[in-house]
Amino acid sequence: MIRAHVLICGGTGCTSSGSKAIQEAFEQNIANCGLVEEVKLVQTGCFGLCALGPVVIVYPDGTFYSRVTPEDVKEIVEEHLLKGRVVEHLVYNDTGAEEVIGNVSLNDTAFYKSQRRIVLRNCGVIDPENIEEYIAMDGYEALGKVLTEMTPEEVIGVVTDSGLRGRGGGGFPTGRKWSLCAPNKAPQKYVVCNADEGDPGAFMDRSILEGDPQCIIEAMAIAGYAIGATKGYVYVSAEYPIAVTRLQKAIDQAKEYGLLGKNIFDSGFDFDLEIRLGAGAFVCGEETALMTSIEGNRGEPRPRPPFPAVKGLYASPTVENNVETFANIPQIILNGADWFKTMGTDRSKGTKVFALGGKIEHTGLVEIPMGTTLRHIIDDIGGGIPNGKKFKAAQTGGPSGGCIPASLIDTEVDYDNLTAIGCMMGSGGLIVMDEDTCMVDMAKFFLEFTVDESCGKCTPCRVGTKRLLELLDKVTKGKGTLEDIDRMEELCYYIKANSLCGLGQTAPNPVLSTLKFFRDEYVAHVVDKKCPAGVCKDLLTFTIDKDKCIGCGMCARNCPADAIVKTDYVAPGHKLPSYSIDPEKCVKCGACIANCKFKAISKK
Amino acid sequence: MKSLAELKAIKEKMQSKVVLREGGEEIRVVVGMATCGIAAGARPVLNAFVEGVNKENLTSKVSVSQTGCVGLCQYEPIVEVYESGKEKVTYVKMTEEKAAKVIEQHLKGGKIVAEYLVSEK
Repeated sequence: MIRAHVLICGGTGCTSSGSKAIQEAFEQNIANCGLVEEVKLVQTGCFGLCALGPVVIVYPDGTFYSRVTPEDVKEIVEEHLLKGRVVEHLVYNDTGAEEVIGNVSLNDTAFYKSQRRIVLRNCGVIDPENIEEYIAMDGYEALGKVLTEMTPEEVIGVVTDSGLRGRGGGGFPTGRKWSLCAPNKAPQKYVVCNADEGDPGAFMDRSILEGDPQCIIEAMAIAGYAIGATKGYVYVSAEYPIAVTRLQKAIDQAKEYGLLGKNIFDSGFDFDLEIRLGAGAFVCGEETALMTSIEGNRGEPRPRPPFPAVKGLYASPTVENNVETFANIPQIILNGADWFKTMGTDRSKGTKVFALGGKIEHTGLVEIPMGTTLRHIIDDIGGGIPNGKKFKAAQTGGPSGGCIPASLIDTEVDYDNLTAIGCMMGSGGLIVMDEDTCMVDMAKFFLEFTVDESCGKCTPCRVGTKRLLELLDKVTKGKGTLEDIDRMEELCYYIKANSLCGLGQTAPNPVLSTLKFFRDEYVAHVVDKKCPAGVCKDLLTFTIDKDKCIGCGMCARNCPADAIVKTDYVAPGHKLPSYSIDPEKCVKCGACIANCKFKAISKK
Repeated sequence: MKSLAELKAIKEKMQSKVVLREGGEEIRVVVGMATCGIAAGARPVLNAFVEGVNKENLTSKVSVSQTGCVGLCQYEPIVEVYESGKEKVTYVKMTEEKAAKVIEQHLKGGKIVAEYLVSEK
């Protein structure tokens, strides 16, 4: 009889930090201790605390072990599973208690306490490769309810009433999207799931597909019923191999159980689903480019109108939603629109998943109600900025979004508040920056990304972003002028207004929002020729404080350019002559600073 | 899948298998499984509880887990029953047979089996 479950995270984050080896170690140790009949091993999706991976949870106690190594496994099996003693030194604890006493419940940790998990409800709880576990968690009940009790109009009514908005970035009301497509008559209509997540730093869609693929299948079938489509495609990047494998297994199982295919729940409704692999082009996340790519053509956007609801995939009426949007649907159907409306703000209902990254203690995935303040997300859930540094800004929406400066840290995060400050929800990547981040350099990073990823179809995006990047490059090299800053701003508005698709229309956002909130940094680069954060190499000079230098020579030995030489000056109180840096030879690599134990070298 | 009943049947079959991960049970049965407990025979007691709780379909209400040394080694195997809002109940010198009686009377019936409690004497 099984008395304990050991859940091992099999998401991409934990897999790359070695969860496979841990699973094998568990199998072996459990067998060695003769516990095969008593302990069940389950590979699950992402728990969210990727920074602390690989993560293992032992139930029924709910003990959360973090940063587990294969060597630790023996101890966990022998102590915890055999003798019932929690291995305290491996337990994750951020509840503030000095010492872990016995057991810390996961739900009491600061990271999980203020989360509200709807989209991620099954991630890290069920085995994603077992459809029956999904069914045990109310899976396919929503589809059953829709097919046996509701008309398509009623389904659209509930979704509209819930106030759910597209989680892929734009925030278009999902119910309205469905109701625009439903009345269009055609021999074949389509439901498409956009799983081509491409923003640097965003990985919620991948985690949902890896941790709970069945919920996407169920939601797509519900959408199909609502708009009258019998065929669906999931367009997912081939760069997500674990997600693709699990989704394919999930589709096969759903077919086997008759939850996809002909005459589902004996209702006369047919629905079939296929995966289409993307090659990782960022533009294919744009809905019309994505459909062009499914059709087998080069992924380029097309002008709208006609909108996909009228003429989408194969010129047929199509509804396309993002993974996270779909993941909300079964819960909305089961619990009702009013339940969903209790979460969130006036015009943004429900929750949002954010991928926390950058200069933050807990890199990972969190799901919180809309309207949570940025301060709460960063300081409490995210555990604050490492090394006691100061928060400078947060970038949301990746290369299409903008930054929120420290002065606006109390902003309640929802669609409209972010748009109001020139930012964008985007798909939910949240990159935190501290005082060591140069905002011009950051804008340049994102623009390099969009220049690479622009498909080249329309001139404002293809040429405009390239010119914008050149101007930014000039600024970071200290060759810019104040006129360049004005020209950049003008060019940004031009690109936004004239590009064909969302990629170009939003590409200048990182530049515009840094210009809005951190214009002084741009001015410092062009007027004072200084990078205040000490990032832009061309504007830095490395100097040795001759009175602090004790003359050990570590810097000179580690300098790859032989730019550091001994001087004749011996500082008072020191025995050896100090060193100095030849600015002509210095390549500004920073190796000297890293090797100086006496903090005698500075960059300015 | 032809009917909701079919779906429900799978759900019911599976629920008892994943319920361990849900938490929120009303009653928690904890068996002392330190060296002293194991030596005194705690393992069969633990298994008796796990099996009995499953057999009686109490999994949604009762969780069974283990703990380390409770400190009363001479009374092992010790079983503690926690119920929210009530005092902890400690059973001592447990056996498989006693476990069956605790499941029947206490976990199902809500009546503490007084004769297995630690006595003051």
